[in-house]
Amino acid sequence: MTATVTAGPRTADAWRQFAGSGWREHIDVRDFIQANYTPYEGDAAFLSGPTDRTRAVWEKVSALFPEERRRGVLDVDTATPSTITSHAPGYIDRDRELIVGLQTDAPLKRAIMPNGGLRMVENGLRAYGYEADPFVSEVFGTYRKTHNDGVFDAYTPTMRAARKAGIITGLPDAYGRGRIIGDYRRVALYGTDRLAEAKRAERALLDARPSTGDVIRDREELAEQIRALGELTRMAAGYGCDVTRPAATAHEAVQWLYLGFLAAVKEQNGAAMSLGRTSTFLDVFLQRDLDEGLLDESRAQELVDDFVIKLRIVRFLRTPEYDALFSGDPTWVTESIGGIGADGRPLVTRTSFRFLQTLYNLGPAPEPNLTVLWSPRLPDGFKEFCAQVSIDTSAVQYESDELMRPRTGDDTAIACCVSAMAVGRQMQFFGARVNLAKALLYAVNGGRDEMTGDQVAPPTPPLTGEYLDYDELSAAYDRVLDWLARTYVDTLNVIHHMHDKYAYERIEMALHDHPVHRFMACGIAGLSVAVDSLSAVRHARVKVFRDATGLAVDFRTEGEFPAYGNNDDRVDALAVDLVESFMAKLREHPTHRDAEHTQSVLTITSNVVYGKHTGNTPDGRRAGQPFAPGANPMNGRDRHGVAASALSVAKLPYEAARDGISLTTTVTPEGLGHVPGERAAHLVGILDAYMSSGGFHMNVNVLDRATLEDAMEHPEKYPELTVRVSGYAVNFVRLTREQQLDVISRTFHGSL
Amino acid sequence: MSTGVEPVTGRIHSWDLSTGVDGPGTRFVLFLSGCPLRCLYCANPDTWRMRDGEPATVDEVMAEIEKYRAFLTTAGGGVTLTGGEALLQPAFTAAVFRRCKELGLHTALDTSGFLGARADDALLADTDLVLLDIKSFDAGTYRRLTGGDLAPTLDFATRLDRLGKRMWIRYVLVPGRTDDPEAIDGLAGFLAGLGSVERVDILPFHKLGAAKYDALGIPFALRDTPVPDPALVERVRGQFRRRGLSAH
Repeated sequence: MTATVTAGPRTADAWRQFAGSGWREHIDVRDFIQANYTPYEGDAAFLSGPTDRTRAVWEKVSALFPEERRRGVLDVDTATPSTITSHAPGYIDRDRELIVGLQTDAPLKRAIMPNGGLRMVENGLRAYGYEADPFVSEVFGTYRKTHNDGVFDAYTPTMRAARKAGIITGLPDAYGRGRIIGDYRRVALYGTDRLAEAKRAERALLDARPSTGDVIRDREELAEQIRALGELTRMAAGYGCDVTRPAATAHEAVQWLYLGFLAAVKEQNGAAMSLGRTSTFLDVFLQRDLDEGLLDESRAQELVDDFVIKLRIVRFLRTPEYDALFSGDPTWVTESIGGIGADGRPLVTRTSFRFLQTLYNLGPAPEPNLTVLWSPRLPDGFKEFCAQVSIDTSAVQYESDELMRPRTGDDTAIACCVSAMAVGRQMQFFGARVNLAKALLYAVNGGRDEMTGDQVAPPTPPLTGEYLDYDELSAAYDRVLDWLARTYVDTLNVIHHMHDKYAYERIEMALHDHPVHRFMACGIAGLSVAVDSLSAVRHARVKVFRDATGLAVDFRTEGEFPAYGNNDDRVDALAVDLVESFMAKLREHPTHRDAEHTQSVLTITSNVVYGKHTGNTPDGRRAGQPFAPGANPMNGRDRHGVAASALSVAKLPYEAARDGISLTTTVTPEGLGHVPGERAAHLVGILDAYMSSGGFHMNVNVLDRATLEDAMEHPEKYPELTVRVSGYAVNFVRLTREQQLDVISRTFHGSL
Repeated sequence: MSTGVEPVTGRIHSWDLSTGVDGPGTRFVLFLSGCPLRCLYCANPDTWRMRDGEPATVDEVMAEIEKYRAFLTTAGGGVTLTGGEALLQPAFTAAVFRRCKELGLHTALDTSGFLGARADDALLADTDLVLLDIKSFDAGTYRRLTGGDLAPTLDFATRLDRLGKRMWIRYVLVPGRTDDPEAIDGLAGFLAGLGSVERVDILPFHKLGAAKYDALGIPFALRDTPVPDPALVERVRGQFRRRGLSAH
């Protein structure tokens, strides 16, 4: 296939009635959307319910969920390392499915992906009562090195110590890093022939350049990308789909796009396998078919419903340790919806509504991770519908389109939870996070770990006063953070060097431009604990208790101190300083492939595990107690309601946390208003006000405490109960008991 | 600092931000200390005595409110003064509302109306909405429930109506005490005659304040009173609706 494809009759038919020219000449999905989409400013009245067919397919697959929940996994293919083409086609219900394609040959059957690490696969299998296939173990133990092996070959003793102590943790050094969004829309708009042609052209540009290490790597990666497109083509052919050509109908567009995504989740078990920003793109095809009379609203909704069923059953084999960090089997199939275009037109279409409608048609669920890019300028009908869906399902998160658009443009999508990226043009190296609360204790203890007494950071004189002195503590903290930032970036460089080498995301990167812009996505946890501790030392008196070896193991606060989460600048300014200063420290260190440094304030559910591994802190938090999730204030210390709490978080500067700042709120229904019919409008008001105040992200849960408590005791009654945790949503009944208790103990704004 | 004018000082219990329960939208709710009534179901017995409150000047209160000005405005809310009884400190309440209006903030006064006579016309001119708690329409019940007289509240309601002041009526429904159909019909009839009553909110009695009574060592008389069941709440709403009132 050559350039003739673009002018061929197949393409002309597929692109019938489409406007614009730039996107025809270059791979540019954004340009296509801008030239062709139909903004929708109305309300939700046009939407259709589920058809009998949709119900039948969903019931068939959801009938498998109880058994999967009981056993942890329903089934695993232990013998076949997964690739794009490794498994024969699989179906839920071949006669009824509209959108086809499974990761393996049967629904919910998980695959192994040993490129990330053999031990992760073996431990994952063992945890669920399976044995690793001996041949697989031999191949990946003897002949084929994994990402995990490579990383541990290059880790330094300092990196190992920091990792073991849990001051740097959750690192993607044994599993797929994820958080890379292939522009799966390209498969539908262009077909794989044209995409491969463009990749060959990109590669040809490298021919004249000297074969330095960087250029050789780029050539090899582009060769892999082209190969992966070929494998996608073969896999799709197995399902009877010719994706070499552009999709000619809406049905094909959804199918082609999904097959692109499916290729990615067959090959990579990345922590987050996000979908991108597909609804308004798909709307162009759906609208054309509606206009041509090829389908009606019910059929349009069916296609979206069927697609979403597939997105809900993406599964990976993971270990119990992984689950303890990121509970509830999350895959972060994040779909970004809404937002405003650079020209001021809302990017809301009927299909934006249709995606949200799946939460009614199929019932609430955590995946796909539906994310509304919010702006006060969004159409009222859409805002009201989003808020109502939140109130009814607690399954939606909101991120500020106004903060993202000026930086990453109007074709930005969220990877994972809060990481903004221009689709197909930017990617990130996921960097998990460091524990800022533990780092503060290292400052007190001269670099020794408060739990083990081990010297982890370079030795410095510990603070010896009976009471902590703010200036002394600040200076010591600054030194520890210097060391931490250096060690952290260094560690991430090792990880991503090896991931690129041994577990390269071939198909996802085939759906990006070359060269791609890379972010080094660092992160911080324990912000509110560190900040409240600093506030306690500054505004009250904190007495230190030390053990026989001089290790500070406990603290007593005398007097009152302002806590983060009350819109009080005396302490909120400390939070701003800490975020800005750590970002500045990270930027001092060179990154793998010159990635641009960013950081997030996000924990997902790992706030529980971080807390477990961190000793008593000067803010009065006891050893082992969970941290607040993400950028949240500590539980119960925000005493003036959700708006005050949110405004403290909104002060954190996005410029110093470009990988996102996560706030999770939980209100009772009554907390949004006495009159049920007014609650959606009130929630719209809160979101408008929060985003107008500079807030970046808000998870909205509308729940009562009694429901959650009952769900802990009677999980079988609540299979669909969904709650938003930091950056994603989970089935409440699939959280560990500790995490359930953490969710319940978190401030229920408006409960009194 | 000497400006020649004594700054107006109030006694405040606390402040909070709430949504949709203390007037429209998200609101800055200032709880003033001190109340002349002793309602048996009161959820905030810690606000009864003015001397328990913290002294605060109008400037101090406004400094806190100003931090939320943009948020409250965007969220379609405003400022609500409640208590205790905000009209026990009418000069302070008036001064805060005056300053709120200068900032363009919507103002709501949550009151039992028992001290309505202390609200002068200037204060009411700066009040966009009155949340009027009418505890009962039967004078005997009112006295048993609150320790005070009903008449001042009804007089206040009539005066507000004459001024064309928007009112949301709040009616706490306590089984066995405020659920008498005749008294409710009487109240509904009275309210139906007041054109500026926009709605009636039925607030089901709850016992979330019980722990506060324990902490203060005050007996909580309604400890064994049941909360109203949904059917009762609907019946009472229906009684108001039959008079053409919007009841929630």
